[in-house]
Amino acid sequence: MAGAALLGRLTWQAAELAELMRETPRVSSLFFNVPEWPGHLAGQHIDVRLTAEDGYQTERSYSIASPPEARLVELTVERLDDGEVSPYLVGELKVGDKVELRGPIGLHFVWRMGDQQPMLLIAGGSGIVPLMAMLRHRALGMHKPPARLLFSSRTYADIIYREELDRLVAMNDGLTVFHTLTREKPDGWKGFTRRLDAAMVKEVAWPKEETPAAFVCGPTPFVEAAADLLVAAGYDPLWVKTERFGPTGTVGG
Amino acid sequence: METTADMRLDGNAIGGLLREIFTVEMTTAVGTCNNCGAVNEVGRLHVYLHAPGTVVRCPACEAVLLRIVRGRGRYWIDMSGTRTLEMAEP
Repeated sequence: MAGAALLGRLTWQAAELAELMRETPRVSSLFFNVPEWPGHLAGQHIDVRLTAEDGYQTERSYSIASPPEARLVELTVERLDDGEVSPYLVGELKVGDKVELRGPIGLHFVWRMGDQQPMLLIAGGSGIVPLMAMLRHRALGMHKPPARLLFSSRTYADIIYREELDRLVAMNDGLTVFHTLTREKPDGWKGFTRRLDAAMVKEVAWPKEETPAAFVCGPTPFVEAAADLLVAAGYDPLWVKTERFGPTGTVGG
Repeated sequence: METTADMRLDGNAIGGLLREIFTVEMTTAVGTCNNCGAVNEVGRLHVYLHAPGTVVRCPACEAVLLRIVRGRGRYWIDMSGTRTLEMAEP
């Protein structure tokens, strides 16, 4: 499967929406049946292409949320009101409808089963999506490295995959999840309640002596702030892989 | 207020476009900046998609490494800022 993900021409193919799931008020997961899917690695993305009746075409990239083991290709998409593609995917697209997609794409921002460095995953909002593919893949492994996720969301209701993350933590297989809420917190909230800062990174991140593998994904300013904090904490920049989604997720707009 | 820095993406965002052109996986290709000599995987390069074309810059010195414009069934590619580009065989 991993080999298949590297090979072959990148061609557009029709994918049928098989299932639709609301994650938060602004975010839905879309499960596509892709007949010729060559398999993928955790962290890869796909391009989606929409064609209007007058022939106008537009493309956007979306991270794959499903682990390589899943039969359907899952995208988790945040609806951006001024976006060109996401309001169609989240709102108009119905089960049975088809879109064109191509992929999987990218080997840089990828985690492979067998990688043994402690994992540090840092997500801002829908930046959780490729990291979730990594955590879902890791959960199915036999010999897995310890993992920590630091996940920044606006409000409690905006936490994507909240219940599933709780279940993954309950597996007691070395995963710890830290949440931070930047806008409002519910009563009794025990997580962080501020933007990422040096003190938070110090509390959450593996010490540099452990030579961790860090993956950071989210809006551009968030990603760059997190990466800078990790380097300031002594991480080699090469340990830190980033994927920027743009100001409000332009890549997925 | 969104600034140009906020619009910045990285080489992961053009993995599909580059694979169209080069036909192989490119986010792990390694480029050398002609201006400062920095060596980086394409996934680490700075990418700006809001211009009429795609502009790729060096993360170390912000020099332009690559410009790509696609239209009317053709690609126009300026690679004068890239000294070398190394990638795996298909």
